[in-house]
Amino acid sequence: MKKILLVETKLLARDWLGVALSLALPVGLLLVLGQIPDLQKPDPNLGGQRFVDAQLPAQMILLALLTTAFTILPGAMATYREQGVLRRMSTTPTHPARLLGAQLLLNLIIALCSAVVVILAGWLVFGSQIPGQLFGFLLAYLLGAAAMLALGLVIAAIAPNSKTAPGIGSVAMFPLLFVAGMWIPREIMPDTLRTISDFSVVGPFVNAMRDTWAGDWPQLPHLAVMVGGLVLFSGLAVRLFKWE
Amino acid sequence: MNVIEVKNLHKRYKDHVAVEDVSFEVRAGEIFGILGPNGAGKTTTVECVSGLRVPDGGTLRVAGIDPVQDRDGLRRVLGVQLQSSALPEKIKVWEALDLYASFYQDPADWPELLERVGLGAKRDAMFGKLSGGQRQRLSVALALVGKPRIAVLDELTTGLDPQARRDTWELVEQVRDSGVTIVLVTHFMEEAERLCDRIALIDSGRVAAIDSPAGLVARVGGEQKVRFRPSAPVADSVLTSLPEVKEISRTGDQVVVTGIGNLAPAVTLALAEQRIVPNDLRIEQATLDDAFLALTGRKLA
Repeated sequence: MKKILLVETKLLARDWLGVALSLALPVGLLLVLGQIPDLQKPDPNLGGQRFVDAQLPAQMILLALLTTAFTILPGAMATYREQGVLRRMSTTPTHPARLLGAQLLLNLIIALCSAVVVILAGWLVFGSQIPGQLFGFLLAYLLGAAAMLALGLVIAAIAPNSKTAPGIGSVAMFPLLFVAGMWIPREIMPDTLRTISDFSVVGPFVNAMRDTWAGDWPQLPHLAVMVGGLVLFSGLAVRLFKWE
Repeated sequence: MNVIEVKNLHKRYKDHVAVEDVSFEVRAGEIFGILGPNGAGKTTTVECVSGLRVPDGGTLRVAGIDPVQDRDGLRRVLGVQLQSSALPEKIKVWEALDLYASFYQDPADWPELLERVGLGAKRDAMFGKLSGGQRQRLSVALALVGKPRIAVLDELTTGLDPQARRDTWELVEQVRDSGVTIVLVTHFMEEAERLCDRIALIDSGRVAAIDSPAGLVARVGGEQKVRFRPSAPVADSVLTSLPEVKEISRTGDQVVVTGIGNLAPAVTLALAEQRIVPNDLRIEQATLDDAFLALTGRKLA
């Protein structure tokens, strides 16, 4: 397993462009959007917080997560399936599930690195706080990440080939970013949209991020929706995933 | 001793039957060919043998192991090189071998294996940069890295140029000489004839015949043709009197003699007695293609 992880890391490093993009895009957007003067003023809609304090970094962390989970992971898995890499591996005493495990772990690490970079950039450039409830933050992050990576595997399973997998992933990303409050903060969403957001896994994810940023523990309903998403998506991924 | 026993194997997919009824045995140390046209059920057969597919009927034993019951046990004794399976483009040759060696409890010494398949100089090359022949060599190396007793090689030389094909054949013979039993799936008559000790001819999911290449050819009657340009006019009677000769025909100054047995020596001897030299002498024997045609009523390629 160690060797698979090592080789997969090397392979990912050789295709560094996608990884670099998923690392650079969220922090780049944070730095650019953060320059907008209005976003640096306390906003009554956000309970007196500035947009750059938690709302924007939380969205960027979600963006980073979705980029890896919805484009890099499905792209890699669909390519492996298409080229017969998984099939080749299933003729050896090892199971291709290990390759899957290595991919999940690597993408989680990339997304986590990206989150750390976003938090540090917000802290250094805009004087945003770092998450006050770090354990709660990690708990919510890992839960949300697991759910999104599982959904990424579902995309990998239903994509007809390696070319379409990242495309489907990108298309799926935008509605999720929308309901998570990327363009309209949840506080000013219409009721219906907010209800959708509440059950969208990404909505609770962003909310939990913001709560832990403020030093609180994530709220139980938020965690519950994420657990529900994880169970649903991983169940689907297991059912739908094709080794060849 | 049989290392593989397949009895009445049957496998159907949703919309069609891939393997109707296939039985054969593979003896230890031989190169056993599975020869047939595309879509005959060759690959499905070896996929069942390799434990990649569960058969719908029949019994399978590979080194005494049931591939359905004991996949792990099977993978320790059987190495597989599959058609349409590859490696990531950017994995280096040595990384692939090192990785695959790590899947086995007691792997082969892979640097030595790399030299053996002639890829020593390509150690640091990426898989995507290898030529077709080099990829197949690597693929063979990967099939052998677990020190298997049996290696299944599926369509090993499809898409290779003639030189790479011949190099790969030599490699297969080397592997057999090292004591590994080989199951070779192919639709190339020439490949099967050159490499295999015994061949199962498969057509439409059934075994048409199992025999040595020479045995299969002999089944179609062993008819031969001898073509030559005589250095001086030769009368038909000189040759028709020979017991081996069945028929003579002429096109221009070329004489074509059809017959059986030791046809070529008999013809040349008779000509020599008349002080005639057979120029441009060519001997045409029946091939596996002919055998396949005769046994199934269908062309191989």
